[in-house]
Amino acid sequence: MEQPNQQSELYAARTHIYPRSVSGRFRRLKWAVVILAYGVYFLLPWLRWERDFGDNQAVLFDLVGRKFYLFDLVVHPQDIFWLAGLLMIAAYLLFFVTGLAGRVFCGYFCFQTLWTDVYIFIERLVQGERPARIRLAKQSWNAHKALKIGLTHLLWLVMAFITGLTFVLYWGDAPRLVVDFFTGQAPFAAYATTMFLTTTTYVMAGVAREQVCTYMCPYARFQAVMFDADTLIVSYHETRGEGGKGRAKLGGQLKTRAQRHAAGVGDCIDCGYCVQVCPTGIDIRNGLQIQCISCALCIDACDNIMDSLGWERGLIGYSSQRVEDGGKKARLLRPKVIGYAAILVLAVGLLGWSVSNQAPFDFVVAQVRQPIYTQLSDGRIQNSYEIKVNNKTDKTLTLRFTAQGLPAGAELDLGRFSEVSLHPEQRLRLAAKVRVMPTRFDGQSHPFDVVAVPEDASGLSPVPHPSVFYVPER
Amino acid sequence: MVEQNRGKAVQTTGHAWDGDLQEFNNPLPRWWLWSFYATVIFAIIYWVWYPAWPIASSFTKGIGTVTYQSGGKEVTTHWNTRGELIEEMQRGSETLKQQAYLEKVAAASYDEIANDPEMSAFTQSMAKVLFADNCAACHGIGGTPAKIGQYPNLRDDAWLWGGEIVQIQHTIEAGRTGFMPAFGSVLGEDKIEQLANYVLSLSGHEVDATKADAGRAIFQGTEGGCHYCHTPSGKGLASQGAANLTDAIWTVADVPGASDDKARIQAVEAVIANGVQRQMPAWQGRLNDTEIKLLTAYVHSLGS
Repeated sequence: MEQPNQQSELYAARTHIYPRSVSGRFRRLKWAVVILAYGVYFLLPWLRWERDFGDNQAVLFDLVGRKFYLFDLVVHPQDIFWLAGLLMIAAYLLFFVTGLAGRVFCGYFCFQTLWTDVYIFIERLVQGERPARIRLAKQSWNAHKALKIGLTHLLWLVMAFITGLTFVLYWGDAPRLVVDFFTGQAPFAAYATTMFLTTTTYVMAGVAREQVCTYMCPYARFQAVMFDADTLIVSYHETRGEGGKGRAKLGGQLKTRAQRHAAGVGDCIDCGYCVQVCPTGIDIRNGLQIQCISCALCIDACDNIMDSLGWERGLIGYSSQRVEDGGKKARLLRPKVIGYAAILVLAVGLLGWSVSNQAPFDFVVAQVRQPIYTQLSDGRIQNSYEIKVNNKTDKTLTLRFTAQGLPAGAELDLGRFSEVSLHPEQRLRLAAKVRVMPTRFDGQSHPFDVVAVPEDASGLSPVPHPSVFYVPER
Repeated sequence: MVEQNRGKAVQTTGHAWDGDLQEFNNPLPRWWLWSFYATVIFAIIYWVWYPAWPIASSFTKGIGTVTYQSGGKEVTTHWNTRGELIEEMQRGSETLKQQAYLEKVAAASYDEIANDPEMSAFTQSMAKVLFADNCAACHGIGGTPAKIGQYPNLRDDAWLWGGEIVQIQHTIEAGRTGFMPAFGSVLGEDKIEQLANYVLSLSGHEVDATKADAGRAIFQGTEGGCHYCHTPSGKGLASQGAANLTDAIWTVADVPGASDDKARIQAVEAVIANGVQRQMPAWQGRLNDTEIKLLTAYVHSLGS
């Protein structure tokens, strides 16, 4: 074993990253995503929605009322399994997209990426381009530096606060909540959540940035298992860039492509633009790295350089490991892709079907098991049931209850509630009794249905619920 | 190629085993170390605030406290989840909501409760718990005792002391004492058998007609005097808590559980010979008026 040739450190201070701005097709696409995401996130709580019953906010997560309003859809606690469907769709969409095109979520849609983008934009607006920012960081403190750094952090904090407050607005009536918030009348949870999210947004997007992706985010780590040799990765075209003798700066006898090729030098002019624009501070020319979030800004950077030289684009571009290793581009229809797509379509279809077939009211009948039957004075046998109904429509619902499939002479007794009116969103628990004169005392449970019949005017169809009637043995 | 490139980007620790086996060095960011120290400080604050360290048979109590009512007095102890729960049960927002609704139900009449599905459901929920705590020991969790003869079944439609709201409320408030004298030594075996045959005939059982006729004389005459309480028709006086002998329900003699005619006769004979002594305690004073009201409504709904 050789002796260590240097003393290595276990901990290292973070190297601050000052990403240079870049323009290009991927940058434009990313700005479009930012604008769309911000537009939806910040404006959605303010969108009003006409409802016959309930709040007039288009999207409202009403925890106290235990209802989620999503435009014309009202989600009740009983619909909790939709959440499972939604999470499954999200997971499979992630597997599908990541398997096919790599870390698309990280690079284009993750809120850490979106907010960091905006924070870097603010930083650049106040402090200037990368060299100016580095100069400012290096220079000693004076009024000028304090003003610029202070203004940056102030704007970050304002942005963080708006972000935190907006999140809270999804959980209450937005216009009223904003007024309450600034007059000190909002619930404690609203202040706590806003402060928490203000802090996390400021810290994550302003200070921690790429370290969130590198050190904290679990997805950054487990995405590796979804990759295969055909997954799209942002990649440096090494054979073209390095040639036989490696990369070389532009100049001297190495100005034209012909000169460079004759000298055995590749197309990379080692300008460093791709490294400067990288928000995670890596050099894409070192190959696929765990820090790379596939934001594709280095592609834009290199394309700009190639355009200015009049050389073809694509020295850095989307590629795959197989292509880089000299293989052929894979077909799109691979078993893995088809499999994920099939599951995705199935899950979306099932959820869509379930949501569009949401029952207008919940109706459950449970037999009382203790005691399972009661002997009545006239010889009849009585079973007791608990009926639960929940009106999920936005109108008053009148229900009548009948029994189906019981022997002749059987009686369903709900006391004074054989017909009940439920106002919208009302839940009720009713006690019911069924009395039967059995022809045989067989010790068996006999199936029958309790039917909830909505009044004719509602246009709803009757809903049967299966139950059993127990007759003791004699 | 890839290895070469990586060698450029990432330092190694400098060790090399077997000539070429090296270890990458990816140092942790220093702030990570500081967050570790922050968790240490957090832990120390936690120890000071909350109960933390075991010391022999005791433990450090921490400086946090919790205050709740106990036996009419305010108790302040070191922070603990049991105290938090008690406080929540006494002063929590859900408790206050429940109390407000309870007051509404307490102010309503029995009829108003029965007409309102929401108040009925609330009454059922509250009373179920009260019933389980106070009544279920005898009457069973669902109002039906495990075995006929132990205690009255509250779910059927037969009421020894009357099934009207007023009567049920009085039963719960003041209690009841059910008494039937023992006729074993007074009448003797033969006459008791005759009586048992007659009693069973009242509810339509197949019996020895001769014995039943003799039994009728004892029942309706002064010798047995049964009709004083059970009435000449056998339907029983609610004021005496006398059972209705003409229906399908048996509250003391386990006739439905008997396997044959002989066993049925014996079951009735045993009751006549030994008499009945049953007592329901008075609950006024032990339960408050609202609790009795909830229980009354609940028991009434069980057996109606």
